[in-house]
Amino acid sequence: MSGTFVGMPAFPEAAREAVRNTTLRANLRHATHTIRDKRARAVAELDDWASLREAGKQIKDHTLRNLEHYLLQLEESVTAAGGTVHWAGDADEANRIVTDLVKATGESEVVKVKSMATQEIGLNEALEAEGIHAYETDLAELIVQLGKDRPSHILVPAIHRNRGEIRDIFEKEMGSWGRPAPEGLTDTPAELAEAARLHLREKFLRAKVGISGANFMVAETGTLVVVESEGNGRMCLTLPETLISVVGIEKIVPTWRDLEVFLQTLPRSSTAERMNPYTSTWTGTAREDGPSTFHLVLLDNGRTDTLADEVGRQALRCIRCSACLNVCPVYERAGGHAYGSVYPGPIGAILSPQLRGTQSEIDASLPYASSLCGACYEVCPVAIDIPEVLVHLRERVVQGGEVTRHGTKVTLRPAKGHAAERAAMRAAGWAFGRPAALRTGQRLASGTRRIHPRTLPGPGRAWSATRDLPKVPAEPFRDWWRRTNGGQTEKGGKK
Amino acid sequence: MSSRDQILGRVRRALADVPEDKKNHAYDRAVPRDYLREHGDRSTEQTTGLLAENLADYRAHVHRCTAEELPALLARLLAARGARTVLAPPGLPPHWLKAADTNRIADRAASTPHELDEVDSVVTGCAVAVAETGTIVLDGGPDQGRRRITLVPDHHICVVRVPDQVVSSVPQALERLDPARPLTWISGPSATSDIELDRVEGVHGPRTLEVVLVSGV
Repeated sequence: MSGTFVGMPAFPEAAREAVRNTTLRANLRHATHTIRDKRARAVAELDDWASLREAGKQIKDHTLRNLEHYLLQLEESVTAAGGTVHWAGDADEANRIVTDLVKATGESEVVKVKSMATQEIGLNEALEAEGIHAYETDLAELIVQLGKDRPSHILVPAIHRNRGEIRDIFEKEMGSWGRPAPEGLTDTPAELAEAARLHLREKFLRAKVGISGANFMVAETGTLVVVESEGNGRMCLTLPETLISVVGIEKIVPTWRDLEVFLQTLPRSSTAERMNPYTSTWTGTAREDGPSTFHLVLLDNGRTDTLADEVGRQALRCIRCSACLNVCPVYERAGGHAYGSVYPGPIGAILSPQLRGTQSEIDASLPYASSLCGACYEVCPVAIDIPEVLVHLRERVVQGGEVTRHGTKVTLRPAKGHAAERAAMRAAGWAFGRPAALRTGQRLASGTRRIHPRTLPGPGRAWSATRDLPKVPAEPFRDWWRRTNGGQTEKGGKK
Repeated sequence: MSSRDQILGRVRRALADVPEDKKNHAYDRAVPRDYLREHGDRSTEQTTGLLAENLADYRAHVHRCTAEELPALLARLLAARGARTVLAPPGLPPHWLKAADTNRIADRAASTPHELDEVDSVVTGCAVAVAETGTIVLDGGPDQGRRRITLVPDHHICVVRVPDQVVSSVPQALERLDPARPLTWISGPSATSDIELDRVEGVHGPRTLEVVLVSGV
């Protein structure tokens, strides 16, 4: 993945900063609660939601199991429809391919549709280094770009900004990127949207190169699908002469018919709408309608490594709806930036450490950025069991083991920071295997309960700093059971 | 080794644990499709009513008329808008705009985006409309034109022939559409949820969408 977030502190430190920011917490609370209730209503309209969810899961699992077959089929159908297919193993290669394609057109600016894949690879920075200006055209991406900020949400990258902050950014920054913000701009959302419309229009109308991602690619027909709201996607997909789409290899669905599942589940899960305002589908190039040149860049960048993990590969089912972010109690409080990746929230906590590996501090800490409450799994429209993968990745961090990195199997060593935890677990394992020792220990603990400290000493302090130590009961359970004959002779117990 | 071969090789090795019988190319049997083909049980007229309701819910202006009334209605809508120029794709029935007091502009490959930006309104037909979601779909057919003509002008009037062009659901719509054609699915005017996750209408696409449900064509 890109270097955008290199050097991020581990999640607990970043989150500690974020939760102190009261504006941020208020912005996030307002936005996530608004969308949470709306989503629940949109989903409740469909009696067959559970069946759609299961079908979505099965379609994606089937595709992943047969990924080689469908990649080849897609390549063939896109090529037959007039497109050119490129393959990029990592971010650098994808950036090089796109930069060369743009240079070949002779243009020095491009308009972009919001795309997670190009955020992931840091395409804008790579283009800028070669003297090519990339203009983000999605409203939230524009806010992030103008504010020299980082995205904090999959669907609404500027979710951490409220209308007042957005107004200030527009007024201050639009002038240096193009058309300045209108005089006397207020913070009403309609006026802010109008300011973005005016600012971007001149860029759309003169654009010769558009860059997009895609929500889905249909292997059988070679069709790409972009789901959007504002019309900036349509502008970038139809007005330029050249279109370059950078898409992760897991975005494939086998058949045209499969869209009937995802075009129902995606809008309701992401913006809580029956249908998003605009969906564009295109198959290669069309005669005299839209771009005459179409390039598809298929991106690996850690996806095949993720695919190699039998538990973790389900993360590749993700359709980037961001429903899991909106329900997550940890995301709501810590915000997206603390996750140190373009993929924040619960899905980011399982995707980033798999795409990038768990070597860095931030990636090793992400599987712990969760209370395992399971709300993310409940709302996921492709039923990714995020808690299961989180626990799996925690185990990987603590115990080490075999993983695939850059296509090669390597054995990870157990993380250093978890030595005390491992020692405690080893001791617990030993005691549970020896009933007599366990009994002696429990009685000793019960007898001394009045002098137990409230926090743990030494390496245990970090653990007890955010938790109450469980109180030891006056009498071990097994002693109580024997004394009361399983509760039968106790007052108030069964007769 | 090319990146293509490298990625395909990695995919193959990553799936080494998957037994052959799980790798099933016979796709028809691989996915349970016990979800509904449509939601609810409606008469044709009720389906059209639901379409009108859902279109309006996302702030499209909905009008209903007969085939005979259509030219007068279109003339009235264009006049109310103050439109002097109207784009019309080549296959739009000529009599639809016969009552309109506007300059008719042709959908030409040579027109620049800046020229389209000067046009006041655009009138098109559609390929199919989806009642459950309040969606109209354009497929670039002769009465719909190039994708950009329904994008750059700020006012779009879309004529839906009811009941023939109306389906209940997304699955039914996909069955009718040809993936080889460039498709645009439109559900209400351009909108955004990017400011505090609240929906605001009117960003880059046409800010006013009028849908005419015409019967008896």
